[in-house]
Order: sequence, then structure tokens, then C-alpha cells
Amino acid sequence: MIRYIIKRLFALIPVILVLTFIVFTILSMTPGDATSIILGSEYTEELGAKLRVELGLDRPVVVQYLHYIANLLRGDFGTSYVMRAPVLDQLSVRLANTAWIVGFAMLLCVSLGIPIGILSATRPRSVFSQGTMVFGLMGVSMPIFWLGLLLILLFSVKLGWLPSSGLDHGARSLVLPAITLGFNYMANIMRTTRSSMLEAIRQDFIRTARAKGVSERRVIYDHALGNALMPTITIIGMDVGTLLGGVVLTETVFSIPGMGRLLVEAINQRDTPCVLGCLVVMAITVAVSNLIVDLVYAYIDPRIRAQYRAGARKA
Amino acid sequence: MQVTSTARPFATKKEFYAQFRKKSIAQELWLRFLKNKTAVMGLVIFCVIVAVAITAPWIADYDTVVIKIHIVDRLQPPSMKHWFGTDELGRDILARIVHGAQVSLLIGISAIFVSLLVGLVLGGAAGYYGGKTDSVIMRAMDVFLCLPDVLLALAIVAAFGNTKLNLIIAIGLAFSPKFSRVVRAAVMSVRDNEYIEAARSIGARDNRIIYRHVLPNCIGPIIVQVTLYVANAILTIAALSFIGLGIQPPTPEWGNMLASGRTFMRDFPHIVAAPGLAIFFTILALNLLGDGLRDTLDPRLKH
Repeated sequence: MIRYIIKRLFALIPVILVLTFIVFTILSMTPGDATSIILGSEYTEELGAKLRVELGLDRPVVVQYLHYIANLLRGDFGTSYVMRAPVLDQLSVRLANTAWIVGFAMLLCVSLGIPIGILSATRPRSVFSQGTMVFGLMGVSMPIFWLGLLLILLFSVKLGWLPSSGLDHGARSLVLPAITLGFNYMANIMRTTRSSMLEAIRQDFIRTARAKGVSERRVIYDHALGNALMPTITIIGMDVGTLLGGVVLTETVFSIPGMGRLLVEAINQRDTPCVLGCLVVMAITVAVSNLIVDLVYAYIDPRIRAQYRAGARKA
Repeated sequence: MQVTSTARPFATKKEFYAQFRKKSIAQELWLRFLKNKTAVMGLVIFCVIVAVAITAPWIADYDTVVIKIHIVDRLQPPSMKHWFGTDELGRDILARIVHGAQVSLLIGISAIFVSLLVGLVLGGAAGYYGGKTDSVIMRAMDVFLCLPDVLLALAIVAAFGNTKLNLIIAIGLAFSPKFSRVVRAAVMSVRDNEYIEAARSIGARDNRIIYRHVLPNCIGPIIVQVTLYVANAILTIAALSFIGLGIQPPTPEWGNMLASGRTFMRDFPHIVAAPGLAIFFTILALNLLGDGLRDTLDPRLKH
């Protein structure tokens, strides 16, 4: 298992190399560079050229790229053009804020989405089930930036219960961003759990279990759930990417200084090291969550675990 | 035994034979689709939105109503004259929503057309040839799948500027890895059928097999994904514009209307109501339609 994890992590390196190369090329093709933004109205040809040498922007793109990669492999994310500070410092501060929101959102979604999905599947004709279907459909169709604005209007402006922006109020300021960010995610988890549970409940082994006299509770939570969880886990892992995309929007709506905002600012300022830093962190996050999904598969499903073992023996 | 029939005698020969004729596949699918109430609702809503988008120039004039500033009328609540009220520059929100539909649909549908093209070529090749071609193409796609598609589109738009054409290309490219996967899976599922082998055995070339035999048979899942991804693309345009990297004002777009209305929403909530509802209903309609199509084209998945 350890060997498998290491292999998967190594497979990430070419992905990061290609990704950074593409982004590097895209950003270097843009008209105008960071110097005009740093200098602003004081920009002159002469000052611009001097600054360009200072930042290393006068070198060919390929040289710049190789230089960046050499540093990246040593764990150095480079120096931000605009902030003139190591990208890593900024990233770590911003990442913490983002991680809180994402973590809170995931916790909320998984702990609500799965149970609601199960309950809805066990009573497929009930009013509750119909309600969850409507809610789920609305959930996947809701533009989260609009939802964020509506939540601010209701809970901050009208009721005054929760802060509308920033992160200065501790856990209370995480509530609205987390709901906003996780809304689509939760609806997706719920819908997937419901449909895979419905599928599982119709299987023959469920009828067998019921015929043996196993209690309904055990039939649902032991026999059906174990088999139905796989698609849900896939969604939980796969949608982490979507969740990270949503971070940009959520942070814009709630004016939270997180990684999403950093990325947008950096793109606007043509701050290539900063953009790359954010994207690399996000790509790693997505890849690691995919890896975790695969490991959880093995944990839940003995058949897949056996496959890994067989593979390890062969290797 | 005496046969008693309550059926009306057939007026013509044609009518008589019609009862024995088998319904065509398209007819049957259409009838199955019509049974799905929510899907039909989705189709109806979507058709209304498309109709509104097409007739936008007749509903409100672009130059005098949609983008011209009427500062006296600013921030008016909904009334008979302005159904959804007016925005911070005194423009009729309804008119802007209607013209925004045109922008969103045009970009959304063209973007998915771009990703469909890329997906058909790359995913088709990967799925049909398999082996090395497959692993090279799919590894390349995996690189892009590591990034959320919003961010991919964001980077491309930021680099090349946010004209409508660039937005189409950016969003189209951002979605193509996912499309390639869908096409690949679909192609792989029909690749080993006997009729493909038969086509090959009579000497058909790969191109002909792919376009005449493989693709028509995996059109079902692709149509479903197209519907769902148009929804996604429209959401992405709105998101990009909301961040300020998409369609720029004064061109009306639902996302940028929300972004500019945000500042005033505390006192004038109507300003963010209509654009949000417009996005919501468009996405909802396409999701209903997509789910319905999936149930129609692949009844096994239906619950």
C-alpha cells in the first residue's frame, strides 16, 4: 500500500511540470507584464527595462521556466513580482483561510448530504424524499455567487445574525461562506447517495438479507450502505476540484483574503510566480484528494483491496 | 367466437396499415421523453429562454434602452413600467436580462461546440485506437483535469483578453478534457461490437468506421453531456464576469449585472434578484432536460 501511495505521488511530478509549463507559456504570451503594473503611472521605458532585469523578466521564457522549476523542486515557490516577498509566505497565510472554509464546507456537506440521501432513498415515495429531490435539483442549479449574496441579504442585512464579510469573527464568519461554497457540493452528494442507495436496495443480496430476518436497520446501514457508498465517495473526491473553483467566487462574495482572491489578484497583476504557486497548490490538492478516494475505496471494498495486494505481489 | 370491436372503422387504407407499422426509434424516444414531466418542463423553460434571447432586439432596443444611462431613473423598484426595476445607472433590468440571455446562450452553446469538437477528435481517437494513442491523449488530459475548469478558463481569458471569442475558446478548451473522457468511454463501449468488425471486414477505412458506425451509436451519452455542460458553461461565463474577468460592462451579462449590483443590494435588493433568477432558471432548465434525456436514452439508470 505504501509503495502504491509513493508511486501515485511520483506520478504527480510530470503533471505539475506540464501544468506549470503551459501556464508559464500562456502568461508570457500576454501583452504587458508585471512591470507596467508595479510602476503604474511612473512607468517609463527606462525604469521598466531596469525592473525587468531585476525581476529576471528579460531572459527568454524557457530560461525563466527552467529556473522556476529548478527552484520549485527545491520547495522554493519563487518571489512574487508585485509583493517582492516569497510566494510561499503569502500562500501559507492565504491557504490557511481557504482551508478553513473548504474544510468547514466539506464537513457540513458530507455530514448532511449522506444521511439525507440515505433517508430519502429508504422512503422513495414519501414527501420528504420528493422534497429532497427538489432541493437537490435546486442545489445543483444554484449559482453559488448569487446564493452568497442572498445569504448575506438574509442573515447579515435583515437578521443581523452573521457577519457578511471577512474572517474576523471566528467560526461565525465561516458559516455563510461554507454554506455558499458547499451548496452545489452537498446537493451532488445527496443526489448521488440517494440514487446509488436506491440501486443497492433493489439488489438480490438485500432481499436475501431481509429474508434471513436481518433487521431493517442493519439491512440499510450494513448491507446496502457499504455497497452504495462508492459513487458517493467518488463524487466527494472528484468534486474537490469544483469546490476549489468555487473558492474563488466565495472569497469574492465574502471579501475573504484566501487563495482564490490571491489567484485572481495575481492574474490581474501578471504576477507569474504567484499564479503558478496557487495553481500548483490547487493541482496537488486535487491529485491528493483523488488518491485519498482510491485509498478509501480499498478500505471500504475488499475486492479492490485484493487487487492492490495482487498488484503489489506482481511488482 | 364472435369478434366485437369498438374501434372506429378506418377511413383510408393508409390509416388501416398505420396500426401495424412499427414506430421509429426517434418516435419512440420522443414518446418516452414526453412521459417525463420534469424533463418536458425543462425543455419548455429552455425553449422560452431561447425564444426570448432570439427576440431580444425587438423586446428592447440595445442602444437606447439596454446600455444608455438614465440617471434620473436609477435604482427604481419593480413597477409596471420597469418590471424588474432599474439598476444603478437607471437602465431597465428586464431589458438587460433579455439581452444578457443572448450573450450567455451564444457563448455557452458555442463554447460547448468547441469542446465537443476537441472531445470528439481526441476522445474518439483515444477510445477507438486504444493502446498508446489512448494513454498519450488521456495522460495529457489528466494534466488539465487536475485544475478546476473555472480556473483553467480564468487563466486563458486573463492571458488573451476577455473578448467574446476568447471566452468561447477559453471555456471550450477548459471543458474539453471532460468531454474527451465522455466521448472516449462512449466510443470504447461500442468499439468491440460485431457491426464494427463487419464494417472493417468489408474493407471500410477507420475514418468511415468512426464517423458512420461508431459515433452515431454513441450519440446518446454525448447529447446528455452536451446539455449538462451547456449549463456549466453558462454558469462559468457568469462566474467569470462576476469576478470581473468575463464580459465587461456596459454589455449586459447576468454575472456582471450581479457584480455591479452587489454594492447597492443592501438598500435595493431587487437589483440582484432578476439576474440571479435568470441564471438559476437557465441552469435548472438545462439540468432537468439533461436528466430527462439521460432517462430517455438510457432507461436502465432511471429511478
